[in-house]
Amino acid sequence: MPGFTLPKNARVPGTKIASLAAAVVAVPLILTGCTDNTKAPDTAGGAIDVVSSNSECKVSATSVPSGNLTFSVKNEGTEVTEFYLLAADGLRILGEVENIGPGLSRNLVVTAPAGTYTTACKPGMEGDGIRAALEVTPSGNQRPADADFQHLLDTATTQYASYVKDQGEQLLTGTEQFAAAFAAGDAATARGLYAATRQHWERIEPVAESFGDLDPQLDAREADLEPGQEWTGWHRAEKDLFPPAGYTALTAAERSAIADRMVADTKDLVERTRTLEISADMLGNGAKELLDEVATGKVTGEEEIWSHTDLWDFQANVDGARIAFENLKPALQQKDAALAASLDEKFAALQAELATHAQGAAFTSYDKLTPEQVQRLASLVDALGEPLSRLTAAVVL
Amino acid sequence: MDPAVGERPTAGARLSRRGLFGIAGLGGAAAGLAAGFLGHDAVAASAAPPAADSPVVPFHGDHQAGITTPAQDRLHMAAFDVTTTKRDELIQLLKDWTRAAEALTEGRPAGATGAVDGPYGAPPEDTGEALDLNAGKLTLTFGFGAGLFEKDGVPRFGLDGRRPEALIDLPHFPGDDLDPARSGGDLVVQACADDPQVAVHAIRNLARIGFGKVRVRWSQLGFGRTSSTTRAQQTPRNLFGFKDGTNNLKVEDDQLLDQHVWATAGRPEDAWLAGGSYLVARRIRMHIETWDRTSLGEQEGLIGRTKGTGAPLSGGEEFTEPDFTRQGKGGKPLIPLDSHMRMAHPSQNSGVRMLRRGYNYTDGSDGVGHLDAGLFFIAFVTDPRSHYVPMQMAMAKGDTLAVEYLKHTGSGLFAVPGGVKPGGFIGDGLFA
Repeated sequence: MPGFTLPKNARVPGTKIASLAAAVVAVPLILTGCTDNTKAPDTAGGAIDVVSSNSECKVSATSVPSGNLTFSVKNEGTEVTEFYLLAADGLRILGEVENIGPGLSRNLVVTAPAGTYTTACKPGMEGDGIRAALEVTPSGNQRPADADFQHLLDTATTQYASYVKDQGEQLLTGTEQFAAAFAAGDAATARGLYAATRQHWERIEPVAESFGDLDPQLDAREADLEPGQEWTGWHRAEKDLFPPAGYTALTAAERSAIADRMVADTKDLVERTRTLEISADMLGNGAKELLDEVATGKVTGEEEIWSHTDLWDFQANVDGARIAFENLKPALQQKDAALAASLDEKFAALQAELATHAQGAAFTSYDKLTPEQVQRLASLVDALGEPLSRLTAAVVL
Repeated sequence: MDPAVGERPTAGARLSRRGLFGIAGLGGAAAGLAAGFLGHDAVAASAAPPAADSPVVPFHGDHQAGITTPAQDRLHMAAFDVTTTKRDELIQLLKDWTRAAEALTEGRPAGATGAVDGPYGAPPEDTGEALDLNAGKLTLTFGFGAGLFEKDGVPRFGLDGRRPEALIDLPHFPGDDLDPARSGGDLVVQACADDPQVAVHAIRNLARIGFGKVRVRWSQLGFGRTSSTTRAQQTPRNLFGFKDGTNNLKVEDDQLLDQHVWATAGRPEDAWLAGGSYLVARRIRMHIETWDRTSLGEQEGLIGRTKGTGAPLSGGEEFTEPDFTRQGKGGKPLIPLDSHMRMAHPSQNSGVRMLRRGYNYTDGSDGVGHLDAGLFFIAFVTDPRSHYVPMQMAMAKGDTLAVEYLKHTGSGLFAVPGGVKPGGFIGDGLFA
């Protein structure tokens, strides 16, 4: 899986790490989809203990009431193990937890309606594993299974993939126009295109960042550079277009080289997004990460230190997060309607505050904001970011 | 002699007047007493380690205290710009600071008459807020920044050619957002104690003694030591909630300390550094709020250890050696390639180790309601060129934790002279 879920890894050139995090979060999407809306743990006896050794898989219960089940899996073997909860057919995976090193413990939380299930430990991560039956008895507090849940998730990811492609194509068109003006020395036109074009980048930033080589080429800030590193991309152009005092302007040849490189890198990006496979957890995590970007870079004015167009980026990050959320919303409403309603409300509040700084498509320069205005925005970002961080687990787990 | 400092009084007089350090203070008092009777040389270098429960850490020794001393709970560090241009005044200041440090680390007040025994018509020599408190395991560790040796390429204080080659100007590391008002400094004093009031009292009185010759450039309070420097200590947790310093160098690692911590005086003119070290200080802001919104699985993947026990993700217990080759699902390493623990591990850094002695800090909140908090990183190394710069350069680029959740906002590098002998003063070898 590409690093979309984990743009945190993305800035590491040459490494592509499907981290543990992805493994833990990305439980299969074939879920029961049925659950009460409260999300309260309702396993009568608390966690179900599972002890996995090289040859055994001891499950502390053979029968549990339906609802949210927490399996506390301890690896007492010498090999890396994993644990699965399978449907009665022994094929359909309801939940799994992977990569449990020897001596370590890890929790798996799944929602299971009444029925017969199969548990399996897989020491060494090979074969069918050591299996046993688990009976889940009716506890009477759930809705019946919704067979359409997976369809809702599929729809969400399909819609988001289309969104990413569309934004990528608009980014390329805008970048070509920007690059032409920049290379030609038409600074006024380039300045006018700068923030609006970057919005297409910022809307899909976690996707863009997932390509670890392209992100630094296109979006590195001067402070991100290591000694001797070539500086290219948007912020290199930004400094030339919005020069600080004492700055030496680029030559025409230097501008052309940067412009050409931006267009080539963006084409590469768009090409790669066409084959990107998107999963529901990527949407949820991507939305959260976009808000993190706002909290650490945009709300502080660090992203656009010369152009001060941070609020454009801010809006674009929020757009990207909101689209991901809205694509997932029908599924979320089934799993946690209260969270869906809360996110709707928080997105609206943040958007309303942002709108007070907009004039048409344009935004107030960041350096014109008062400290109180920045505080209000930051507070709304936190208010949204906190529930948004629960989106992935709510939909995928 | 600066009247604020005064001659070091005899231990007996001090003991009777303060009289407050009780049984627990006897280790320090005995050392002072011995110095009084036998003369300074007799107790040089090898002040006996204090009893385990003594609140006094000996000030004198081959090395300065506060490096391998079991990490105390609290920190107050201050960096100073030297404002005087006179070599004599600088030397006098270092002598005055030495006398004051000798007193303060024994739990005695600064100055001959302390906080309450001076003339009624004069301000007390000691500020007094540490009265009734014991020494609190206070250590005071002094270091010299590059600015002491030269400013704008011009030598200062007759120290032409004396700047050690390893006392470099640190390069810009990717992601650095250094505040000049939190960086640099000609002199640094690290005060560590188990009581914050003791540490603050020490820095306050040293700053007071220095007025007119030095000016505080920045200072930092720290709480909750974030590393262990002895095997007897439990590994503490940083503000991300993870154990920090599991693999740190410990005082028990004699040979490793020689190899990685104590400076070697390469040139004859650096002989004053024998028994010394280099202190790297970095104020590392943590993006606490976004971290708290990160899933447990991702947090553990970024660190490379479990949050609960601190075991490496390759398995085992906290002190189990990590197995970086162990693979999980899909042939991916269990300890991610970009995890903090892997990036910092000696096996990924040409075997380089360092003695870390950092502290958590919180300077209240920033203007947007986020904690201005993080890790005040302190490390002692034999040579920053080999033992800090390459590792930090690699981590600033490749450690995803650092890239996404940390920001370096302050920086300092200081040459730490060897320990002070009784009768000597801090860094006296440099001015000999």
